Amino acid sequence: MIHIDLLVVGAGPAGLCAAQAVGAAGGSVLILERGNVPGGQLVKQTHMFFGSEKQYASYRGFDIADILIDKLKAMPGVTLKTNATVLAAYDNGVWSAEIDGAYVQIYPKAVIVATGASEKSTPFPGNDLPGVFGAGAVQTLMNQYGIKPADRVVMVGWGNIGLIVSYQLLQAGVNVLAVLGRSGKIGGYLVHASKLRRMGVPILAQHSVKSANGTDRLESVTIWQLDKNAQGIPGTEKVLEADALCISVGLSPLSELLWQAGCKMAYIPALGGHVACRDEFLRTSIPNIFIAGDAAGVEEASAAMVEGQMAGLSAAEYLGYDIPDLDAQRQDCLAQLNSLRHGAVGERIVAGIKSAGL
Amino acid sequence: MRISEHPILDFNQGRGAQITFTYDGTSINGFENETIAAALHAAGIFTLSHSESGRPRGIYCAIGNCSSCMMVVDGEPNVKVCVELARDGMVVRTQETRGTLA
Ligand SMILES: Cc1cc2nc3c(=O)[nH]c(=O)nc-3n(C[C@H](O)[C@H](O)[C@H](O)COP(=O)(O)OP(=O)(O)OC[C@H]3O[C@@H](n4cnc5c(N)ncnc54)[C@H](O)[C@@H]3O)c2cc1C
Ligand code: FES
Repeated sequence: MIHIDLLVVGAGPAGLCAAQAVGAAGGSVLILERGNVPGGQLVKQTHMFFGSEKQYASYRGFDIADILIDKLKAMPGVTLKTNATVLAAYDNGVWSAEIDGAYVQIYPKAVIVATGASEKSTPFPGNDLPGVFGAGAVQTLMNQYGIKPADRVVMVGWGNIGLIVSYQLLQAGVNVLAVLGRSGKIGGYLVHASKLRRMGVPILAQHSVKSANGTDRLESVTIWQLDKNAQGIPGTEKVLEADALCISVGLSPLSELLWQAGCKMAYIPALGGHVACRDEFLRTSIPNIFIAGDAAGVEEASAAMVEGQMAGLSAAEYLGYDIPDLDAQRQDCLAQLNSLRHGAVGERIVAGIKSAGL
Repeated sequence: MRISEHPILDFNQGRGAQITFTYDGTSINGFENETIAAALHAAGIFTLSHSESGRPRGIYCAIGNCSSCMMVVDGEPNVKVCVELARDGMVVRTQETRGTLA
């Protein structure tokens, strides 16, 4: 049985920054991370970040993870446990976890849920064949474990993840046969798309997968062109001999624990799916539960870090810790989030967050 | 296949000690600190289980979210091998349908 002031679920950029904000106020924090290493999705991100200095722009993702973890090591009140999965939240305020294979009950005074998100799939015949991967899975195999997952890849989806992972596939010596996008306009940043174009990768607008083909594993992919209503046009099929098909069609927040805890939830497509309703300081409908990062709505690591800090401040306030410049820090977080949420994508997120208000 | 040359990452340094485990009776070399799925993919093995209908299953998310990668490890079924670390002497088997408890 563990009694603790603050439990942080997940050691991605959001959870690490949340713990930092509370640790800096002298609080006692337990971060539980189900993976073997802390850092969340950052550990496999080899590209340099955008954003501003405060969000570690121009550092590579895995370096940012190391910086955040080192900062926590210097805080005596903060404990980080890997191989520790939070299993459930009970309505009497008890949380349960499996830590190094043992079942543990936790009595936290406050909880920040920073569980991240999971990759969506998309329906087509054969989408369950071995060799059909989420784009993040291929990124994990390549960049975390140094394993080349395939020789010839088709990428479905041209948001930032699809574009970035395609480029990282090229860096690992994999041939990217095509990147497919449903709409008429590239979803991610043009800088990422331009790099692929320069390396000769075909980026096909209004294209999708008709089927993934193979018996024991993926052997080829049939693609086709889409009409104005996003329906496949018969007669436009092409078969690409690929040994991997990567799906990058978005993420959905991992919100099971928030459902279990009884938080008020809402389905917000702009945030990726079901999220807990919250106020601008990331407080949910339950006074001692806070959210941050992709679990609060799918965005980017830069926003996840700022949200982590914001949720940490709210938890620290709830726990009664003294933070002399609380208001100034909150305003600074709001200003950073505002500047990160720009352009068409940013506007959609801002509108989504508004609909997820308490 | 394992990556030996990469413009940003250096994999020749950081891999842990070498270990050996069996996959359906065949010996597989892996490294400490890598998952069972990583070692199997390095060896070119992509099919980890078969569903009720007999269709093959491989990894999808590689971070423990989707349950597409369940195998029988040391007799225990439904182990998510994308997050379970490989250990020396492990016995890993393809899982047929739901698996049964001994
Ligand atoms: C392929 C890919 C490429 C990306 N590229 C970029 C980019 O270029 N720039 C950018 O800014 N962003 C990028 N992102 C987005 C960015 O990585 C995420 O927005 C960011 O990591 C979200 O941070 P997080 O802390 O909310 O979640 P995560 O980083 O996902 O961390 C959540 C952590 O919680 C843990 N966890 C989940 N459930 C439990 C549980 N029950 N118990 C214990 N632990 C749990 C997970 O294991 C994980 O480590 C990318 C994402 C992906 C998938
Ligand atoms: S591949 Fe998704 S849980 Fe293992």
